[in-house]
Amino acid sequence: MDWRILGRSIAVITEKNMRIYYFKGPVVVFGLLFPFIMFLTFFIGRNLDIVLFFPGFLGMMLFFTSSSVGPLITPWEKREKTYERLISLPVILESIIIGDLLAGAIFGVAITAVVFLIAALLLHLPLAHAGILAIGFILGAITFAALGTLLASPTTDNPSNIMMLSSLVRLPLIFVSGIFIPLGQLGGWVFVLTSLSPLTYLVDLFHAALNGDAVYPPWLDALVLVLAILVFIWGAKVIQKRNLVKGI
Amino acid sequence: MRHEDYVIHTGISPSSIPGPNRYPHITPAGNTGTGIFHMDAIEAHNLRKNFGTFTAVDDVSLAVPEGAIFGFLGPNGAGKTTTIRMITGVLIPDAGSVRVLGTDVDRDPLAAKLKMGVIPENGTVYSDLTALQNILVTAKFFGMARAAREKRAAEILEMLGLSERKDDIVRTFSKGMRQRISIACAIVHSPPVLILDEPTTGLDVYSRRLVIDTVRHMNGQGSTVLLTTHNIDEANALCSMISIIRKGTIVATGSPEKLKKTFDTARYVEIAFEQPVGNGLFAAPGISRAEQWGDKWRIYTDDPDTAVKSLAALADKGHLTIVSIATSSPTLEEAFVRLTEEV
Repeated sequence: MDWRILGRSIAVITEKNMRIYYFKGPVVVFGLLFPFIMFLTFFIGRNLDIVLFFPGFLGMMLFFTSSSVGPLITPWEKREKTYERLISLPVILESIIIGDLLAGAIFGVAITAVVFLIAALLLHLPLAHAGILAIGFILGAITFAALGTLLASPTTDNPSNIMMLSSLVRLPLIFVSGIFIPLGQLGGWVFVLTSLSPLTYLVDLFHAALNGDAVYPPWLDALVLVLAILVFIWGAKVIQKRNLVKGI
Repeated sequence: MRHEDYVIHTGISPSSIPGPNRYPHITPAGNTGTGIFHMDAIEAHNLRKNFGTFTAVDDVSLAVPEGAIFGFLGPNGAGKTTTIRMITGVLIPDAGSVRVLGTDVDRDPLAAKLKMGVIPENGTVYSDLTALQNILVTAKFFGMARAAREKRAAEILEMLGLSERKDDIVRTFSKGMRQRISIACAIVHSPPVLILDEPTTGLDVYSRRLVIDTVRHMNGQGSTVLLTTHNIDEANALCSMISIIRKGTIVATGSPEKLKKTFDTARYVEIAFEQPVGNGLFAAPGISRAEQWGDKWRIYTDDPDTAVKSLAALADKGHLTIVSIATSSPTLEEAFVRLTEEV
C-alpha cells in the first residue's frame, strides 16, 4: 500500500465533495438556518436556561451539520453514474469513506463554529476548558460524519430512500442523548438508554468544556466517540465492500 | 458444431506486437534486461463472476499485448462489461486474478489503477462541474502537478474540440460532448493502459470519429488499448487483436483477419442476369444454395472458384446475359455472428 497515493486520493475526494455537495449556497444557508430554527423550536417560550442547555444545542447542531449531506453522496453518485468512474480512478474504498467523512466533518465544524462564536458573543457563554471544546468539535464532527457515511452505504441509487433511513436513525438519537434533559437529572432505564447514543458523550464533552458540569470524565467521552468512529467506518467498509462484490 | 470448435490459436506472442515503452517509471515484470519486453499489458487469469445463480463470466482469461488495440466483442449480456469491471477493479471477482503491467489489481489496486485510464460504460463525469474542472480533478487523482495538469487539460480540450466550452457546466452538454469529457479525463495522465467500455455507443458521427481518432492517437503515443464495442466495423478498423465472448465464455481470440478466415467457408457469389431466372437454375457443382436479393442472386458456396465457373457455364448454356458478378470476402461480422449465434 502506497500511503502517499492513499492520502492524495482522500484529499482529492474531500475537495471534490466539498466543491460539489457542501459549499453551495443552498446547503450553506440550510446549514446556518437549521440550527437557528432548532433554537427557536426548543428554547423560545419554554423558559429554559440557555447557558445550561447550550452544550446540548451545540452537540445537536454539530450532529446535524456533520451528518446531513454525507448520507446522500454515494446514492447520488450512483444515480448520476459518477460512482463507477470514481472507483475506477486510483482510489480504494477507504479513500471514498474517509474522503466523504472528512468533507462532512469540515462542513460541520465550519458551520457550527460560526454559530458558536456568534452565540458566545451574544450570550456571554462560559468556557471552562477550551482544549476539551476543540477536541469535542473535532471528535464530534468526525463521529457523525462517519455515521453519515455509514448511512450512505446501503445499496440504493435513490437518495430519498437514504433520506428516510437517515431521519429514522438520526431523529431518535436526539431524543435519547440528554440534550433536553441534563444527564445528571436522568436515572434508571432512561439513563441506560441515553448511554447507548454517541451523541450523549459529545453533549457531555461540551458540558465539560463550557459549563464544567459533565457526568462522565472527558477521557471516557472521547474514548466512546473514537470507538463509535471506528465502528461506523468499519460498518461502512463492510457494507460497501459487499456492494462491490455484488456489483451494485 | 460446438462453439469451442472455433477457438483459434493465432500464434501471436506479446513480444511480436511492437509497443515502445515510453513509461520508464513503470518496470515491466518481464524485462529481461536486454531491452526487449516480454509482457502483456493486461493479464486476466480465469476470471469468474456469479450474480446469484447466474454465471456472468466463466473462467475468462485475456492477454492484451503491450502496444496493441485489443477488441473485446460479444452480444448484449455476454459478459463484456462484467469482465471489464473486474479488470478495472470496480467489481471484485469470485475467482481469478488481473495484472496490469505486472501489478495485481486486487493486491495493489492504487498502483494498478494509476496505470489505467478508464471509460466505464455505466460511468460519466460530474454534471455540476465544468469541463475543465472535471479534467483537473481527475488529473489530481493521478498526482499531476498544477502546471502539468493545466497544460495537459488545455491540450486535450483543444484536441477534442471543447476549448470554447471548457468553462461551461457539463450538465448543459450533449451526450457526445459528455463522452468527450469522459475520454479527456481518461487520457489526461497519458495512461500506459487505456480501457474503454462501449466508448462510441449512441454517439453522433462527429463524436464517434473523435473518439476513434483519440484511441488511435493514444495508441500511437504508446498506450495499450482494450475496448469493447458492438460496432464490428469499428473493431475491424481499430483492433490488432480481438476476443469474442459468448455467455460468459471466450469463444475465439485472434487477429481480425485470422477470425475472418476461419469462416472462409461462408463465402458467396452475387450475380445478376439481364433475364429473369428461377431458383432451379443454380443446381450445379460448388453451389450450396441460392437466395434472391433484390435484382440479384446470392449464391452460397464452399468453393467460390468452382461456383463462378459453374455460373458462367450455366449462363452460357442458358443464353443468359450476366449484368454483374462479384465474390464476397469473409467479414468479421460473419465471424462474429457465427461465433455468437445460439446453438
